[in-house]
Amino acid sequence: MLDFSPLLDLPLISGGVIAAAIFLYVLLDGFDLGVGILFPFAPSEDCRNKMMNSIAPFWDGNETWLVLGGGGLFATFPLAYAILLPAFYIPIILMLLGLIFRGVAFEFRFKSKGKMHTLWDYSFHFGSLAAAFFQGVLLGAFVEGVAVKGRAFGGGSFDWLNAFSLMTGIALIFGYALLGSTWTILKTDAKTQEWARKSALYSLLYVALFMGLVCLWVPFLNDKLFVRWFTFPNLAYLCPIPLLTVVTFISLYKSLAKKQEAQPFILAILLFSLGYLGLMVSLWPWIVPYQISLWQAAANPKSLSLILIGVFFLLPITLGYTAYSYYVFRGKSGHHYE
Amino acid sequence: MDLDPILLSRIQFAFTISFHIIFPALTIGLSSWLAVVEGLWLITGHKVYQEVYKLWVKIFAVTFAMGVVSGVVMSYQLGTNWSGFSDSIGSVLGPLFAFEVLTAFFLEASFLGIMLFGWDRVTRGMHFASTVIVALGTVTSAFWILSANSWMQTPAGYEISNTLLFQPTSWMEIIFNPSFPYRLLHMVIAAYLTTAFFVGGIGSWYLLKKRNLPHARIMVGMAMLMAVFVTPVQILVGDLHGVNTFTYQPAKVAAIEGLWETQKGAPAILLGWPDKTEEKTKSLLEIPKLTSLLLTHDPEGEVKGLKEWPKEERPPVAIVFWSFRVMVGIGLLMLATGLMAIYLHFRKKLFDKKWFQRWCLAMTPSGFIAVLAGWFVTEIGRQPYIVYGLMRTAQAASPVMGRHVLLSLVAFVVVYTFIFGAGLYYIAKLIKKGPQPFLKQDDIYGSHGLNPPVLRYSDA
Ligand code: HDD
Ligand code: HEM
Ligand code: HEM
Repeated sequence: MLDFSPLLDLPLISGGVIAAAIFLYVLLDGFDLGVGILFPFAPSEDCRNKMMNSIAPFWDGNETWLVLGGGGLFATFPLAYAILLPAFYIPIILMLLGLIFRGVAFEFRFKSKGKMHTLWDYSFHFGSLAAAFFQGVLLGAFVEGVAVKGRAFGGGSFDWLNAFSLMTGIALIFGYALLGSTWTILKTDAKTQEWARKSALYSLLYVALFMGLVCLWVPFLNDKLFVRWFTFPNLAYLCPIPLLTVVTFISLYKSLAKKQEAQPFILAILLFSLGYLGLMVSLWPWIVPYQISLWQAAANPKSLSLILIGVFFLLPITLGYTAYSYYVFRGKSGHHYE
Repeated sequence: MDLDPILLSRIQFAFTISFHIIFPALTIGLSSWLAVVEGLWLITGHKVYQEVYKLWVKIFAVTFAMGVVSGVVMSYQLGTNWSGFSDSIGSVLGPLFAFEVLTAFFLEASFLGIMLFGWDRVTRGMHFASTVIVALGTVTSAFWILSANSWMQTPAGYEISNTLLFQPTSWMEIIFNPSFPYRLLHMVIAAYLTTAFFVGGIGSWYLLKKRNLPHARIMVGMAMLMAVFVTPVQILVGDLHGVNTFTYQPAKVAAIEGLWETQKGAPAILLGWPDKTEEKTKSLLEIPKLTSLLLTHDPEGEVKGLKEWPKEERPPVAIVFWSFRVMVGIGLLMLATGLMAIYLHFRKKLFDKKWFQRWCLAMTPSGFIAVLAGWFVTEIGRQPYIVYGLMRTAQAASPVMGRHVLLSLVAFVVVYTFIFGAGLYYIAKLIKKGPQPFLKQDDIYGSHGLNPPVLRYSDA
């Protein structure tokens, strides 16, 4: 049977693939969750329709990255999947319920009028809000680490709930709002775009605040993190990350002020990438933080080999037709209708 | 209060997957059918096909959305509620799930966007291609998930290392495990029949109401073609499926047949009541030797009874016994529908008989019921194992607290009921409104929602 383990470091590559899938999820569903978060604050019903329409063809594809992240984790690191999911039972269920409410809102909203229409607007908004918040909570709780007993989760049902995870939950809401508003700048014009620009500015301020808070807080969560960031020579290698982040913040602010259309979205993505990079630096090489490493949790090398073949051939195709679908629906939500 | 997290997880899993399968049963069939209708439109140029497509693609969109959101729940539940299972079989089944995402889910999701919203943005050919790709995606998804499920029924191509960790030894044997070909065929055909009877039922309703007649004839006519030609195939496949199950899971078959004693020349009990405490089935109506004949192809063949297994190794009997009869009963009613259709067709009265229209209307939900009943037979019949013969359901559970599982179960029931109610309401509304003529010449498919995805708002 197929086995590349003598040639390749399979757990490492698989870890890279999962990290990439989760990152793509955060970016892609991030902007459409962000649109949902900002939804009720839009100035008019027409604006809301435009915003909704700008993401309607994409939301399902975007959410599929979450399935790849979860399913991929199950396939490549079953032990981590088996420990983390029960540990986060409650926030995961709540996130899923949020995703249900926002997912069906796309179809239902288009088909209803009056009070029901408003109901699905709220379902879309609060569903997006809940999904974003609990994803942020999951992130925070993950960074803090979970208790492990044998091959299973060994902590309590509410270990995930604390000040840090609540903070990351709120932080991600603003992060997604930033992605959503810069996306809206890109895809709309006139009043909607102006409003989105203002929203982006506000979101950016909050994102800066929360990123600062995270930077100050994370190194003190535990000794390992402190050592990673604040000892020599790490400090020298790693200092470009925070520096670049600051530069990106400033460029994003300027770009919004200059009323550019595409650049804010790209810079927001860059900002997320830097944050994610910082996170990976903190967590390396753990898959269940500070307990189980990539290599300890990895599936059988034959399984990983098969999956990597699939990923090698299928992921580029997937990215190709995803790009095609964005190309088909290119342009403003306002101009190209005949 | 002590709540059993295992029992509650089972109820939650059964509830959420039963809810989920309702939608694939329709989307698998509907997407293939829509591809055919769109193809017919492109070939013939008849507007009726286009209008039929436009109506059903909206119903498809609602169903698909509910399938997606309930499916995402399923993919996480394997970990939240069955972490012991995930840990043990991750190396064997994980790649199958990963391939399902890579080969099917992305394909469906991306081209669905074009199918629903791309009408005025891509060529007709490309739009048709998108419909076909979505249809292929749904079948591919069925391929992988049924392979995984079949492996749990008839495991193959694995070895067990220390402490119940399954390791793969042959992918071909894992993917094409002994019950997989039967289950794949049986389920995909089930989805097609479910769709046919659903579409046929709605068409008959239009006929009864004497409205949208040209559209209704297409719906009923195509549905009856399926009923006539595919129902017999399904019954045949089901029979072969049963013989296969007899080889690999004889206890399940004993429960299906309500047989307690091992016997030669076993009868088929058509109606009866299996009694667990008395360990026998009160039979009301039976055909001698039929079970032996069907399963062993010999009227005197030996069939094992439930008493061959110790009590704790037996699956729950009554529900398996009854679900099986519901499924087969519906299969026979579908067959009867096909025969009536043939009879009416040759008398040139297929679209005129009120009693037949009422009958078809009554058959509208039959496929869904048969699909659920079939899965109940399959899944409950394999208890008490999660991986047949190797791993017990009790070993699969997560270390979560009963009361939290109870809470999540209640939340799912409440939310699903609400969402399902709303979905049904919108589907009913679409059906009531019926196929709509096209107002504008250049409006190729008509708009999907209230507004086309790309708007022409002068201000805003
Ligand atoms: C026989 C077919 C079948 C069966 C038994 C299942 N599914 Fe399913 N599933 C589909 C056929 C399908 C589909 C036809 O591909 C769906 C239905 C509607 C849709 O959107 O795609 C789908 C959607 C769907 C999605 C959403 C995909 C997306 O984001 O587009 C997920 C994550 C799952 N399923 C996962 C599961 C899991 C974990 C199952 C069992 C434990 C399961 N499904 C049983
Ligand atoms: C889609 C149609 C399906 C239906 C209607 C269905 C139905 C059920 C039901 C009723 C149970 C509960 C049995 C009991 O506890 O007595 C169950 C259990 C289970 N099924 Fe399925 N099932 C389906 C498909 C699948 C698939 C595709 C998989 C995985 C590959 C799967 C995996 C499981 C697992 C892990 C359990 C829980 C453990 C157990 O109770 O045995 N099922 N299912
Ligand atoms: C009338 C003749 C039929 C026979 C003899 C038959 C036979 C069977 C058998 C023996 C099983 C259980 C297999 C196992 O657990 O190993 C099964 C399962 C199932 N049946 Fe049927 N069936 C019939 C009709 C139908 C119809 C009409 C439908 C739906 C439209 C249907 C849908 C299903 C489904 C969804 C399952 C569960 C998945 C599977 O195991 O394939 N069946 N059938």
